[in-house]
Amino acid sequence: MQTKSLLTIRDLRTYFYTDKKEVKAVDGVDFQIKRGETVALVGESGSGKSVTAMSILRLIPKPPGEIISGEINFDGEDILKLKEDEMNEIRGNKISMIFQEPMTSLNPVYTIGDQIMEPLRYHWKLDKGSARKRTVELLQMVGFARAESMLNEYPHRLSGGMRQRVMIAMAMACNPNLLIADEPSTALDVTIQAQILELMRDIRDKFNTSILLITHDLGVVAEMADRVIVMYAGKIVEEGIVEDIFENPLHPYTKGLLASIPSLEAETDILYSIKGTIPNAADLPKGCRFAPRCEYVMERCLHEEPKMREETIGHYSRCFLHKEEGVNIWQKNY
Amino acid sequence: MAEKLLEVNQVKKYFTIQSGFLQRTIGFNKAVDNVSFYINRGETFGIVGESGCGKSTTGKMITRLYEPTEGQILFEGNDISHLSQKELRKFRREIQMVFQDPYASLNPRKRIGILLEEPYKIHNIYSEKERRGKVEELLEIVGLNADHYDRYPHEFSGGQRQRIGIARALTLRPKLIVADEPVSALDVSIQSQILNLMKKLQKDFHLTYIFISHDLSVVKHISDRIGVMYLGKMVEIAEKKDLYQDPLHPYTQSLLSAVPVPNPKVKKERIILQGDVPSAVNPPKGCVFHTRCPKVMAQCKQEVPTLQEYKPKHYVACHLYS
Repeated sequence: MQTKSLLTIRDLRTYFYTDKKEVKAVDGVDFQIKRGETVALVGESGSGKSVTAMSILRLIPKPPGEIISGEINFDGEDILKLKEDEMNEIRGNKISMIFQEPMTSLNPVYTIGDQIMEPLRYHWKLDKGSARKRTVELLQMVGFARAESMLNEYPHRLSGGMRQRVMIAMAMACNPNLLIADEPSTALDVTIQAQILELMRDIRDKFNTSILLITHDLGVVAEMADRVIVMYAGKIVEEGIVEDIFENPLHPYTKGLLASIPSLEAETDILYSIKGTIPNAADLPKGCRFAPRCEYVMERCLHEEPKMREETIGHYSRCFLHKEEGVNIWQKNY
Repeated sequence: MAEKLLEVNQVKKYFTIQSGFLQRTIGFNKAVDNVSFYINRGETFGIVGESGCGKSTTGKMITRLYEPTEGQILFEGNDISHLSQKELRKFRREIQMVFQDPYASLNPRKRIGILLEEPYKIHNIYSEKERRGKVEELLEIVGLNADHYDRYPHEFSGGQRQRIGIARALTLRPKLIVADEPVSALDVSIQSQILNLMKKLQKDFHLTYIFISHDLSVVKHISDRIGVMYLGKMVEIAEKKDLYQDPLHPYTQSLLSAVPVPNPKVKKERIILQGDVPSAVNPPKGCVFHTRCPKVMAQCKQEVPTLQEYKPKHYVACHLYS
């Protein structure tokens, strides 16, 4: 599996400073995304998954936030070292993003056509006519039958599902290499969610786009992802291919998450539940951050922080409860 | 034979749409249109459907936060659908509600204890001294501590706030609790805590639940019987097992097939519905689902199907079965 990596993140730390407190929202995150791969970033609210995504696009508001260290290598260059105008060349062009709530990310006073044409005019320097032509193609691609007449519609006239299609069309306008989708289907109803996920799969297969999918819905993860990264309190706690994560979860947090979802197939009376709540990122526990909620907690977990460790090939877990004969200590080969 | 606690008979809720200087009525939003069902004592009745299907409006009519435009709501045989606020007070003790967003439903300026004591004050139960003890007891019942009495809502996490929401619904020991999306705003690990708590309380206090949600796996987990709503209509009602194993209505079938399964090995046959839910202001003629139905027939565009018992205890409103 030596496919070339598109995005490689090393030791990313994004902290926020509020009321003289240091909030370690993302605290030492490493992962990579290969070309054409869909990686799901899973975790509860406050685990740092959205901050990771915003850091990749360098959209962390400063103050209060700051990327204090790390390296985000995208297509051969460290984007944390780029100047702001160089970064503008990447946003919406090579890396684009879809957000959870499409209404708040579409401008209510511009037509759909104007908004999709904007990145085409800016990045590809297209003239009005060709930009318009491409926009119609894009709208057809995301499933609008009357694409031509959509150009003059305003966002408020569209339903949630249609707005999300427009967002996808806009995000795909410049054929990005990486699409970051932050809870793209969470605000939508199930039947509409199914339409949107289907569309995202089609696009990925057609254009070989890499997708970083951020979600807390494990059903969506199982359906879309090739690889899964589980985050907890600012750190990655488990990483592996989707089958490994669902069939053989290693970290007690991942196990707990999977056990707590009610299933459509099985009949259970009492659901498994992880006790307690995610710790406040400004006041993290010592040792393993999951220790206060962990069923398997040991003395060692309370004062020592476990490292990521490759348990089987490509399946990593940050827990002292590993197989003794496990592969070497945390060392990823890029 | 189970005893019916609540009966809803052909209930409608139309919201008027007004416009212009004189605020003339120019149309109606048929949020709930001719819905009938019943709930047995001690069971959990789930209502599922997508946004705008009228499930919350139905819940609010049962708790009488809304007055139905037409139809009857019988609680233990008494018609509560058109009672005045004063006459309702007696029933408010029996029917309580849990909301989706526990933060928005707790007054941020009041201590938790004071919020929870309020129902006792209004209904004049227990002396002032007894109240604190009762509230502390209640806090422990829902898995919080007695010393949370003096805290403010912002000091709690989402899951804890929902526990407070549940405690508040329990203060007057109601018979029926209408829970409107009680776990939708919570993370999965917290969601399972709340679902387990609700199940336990149901046993301990002999509660009957109406559980409104858009999440089909959650509804399946908690309910005994389930009603599926679409655009203001109840399209199918069945016992949980029947509904999930043998969904009859094409809408229920596509809804169930659309749920992503948390198992990467399962590849589902998916019925993807085209288009969006039409507006309730101007719903399609005939069957409201016909514009998106994969099995639409000529008859569906003209005649409104009625809810009929197709199999024992399995009701469906669809021309395919008549």
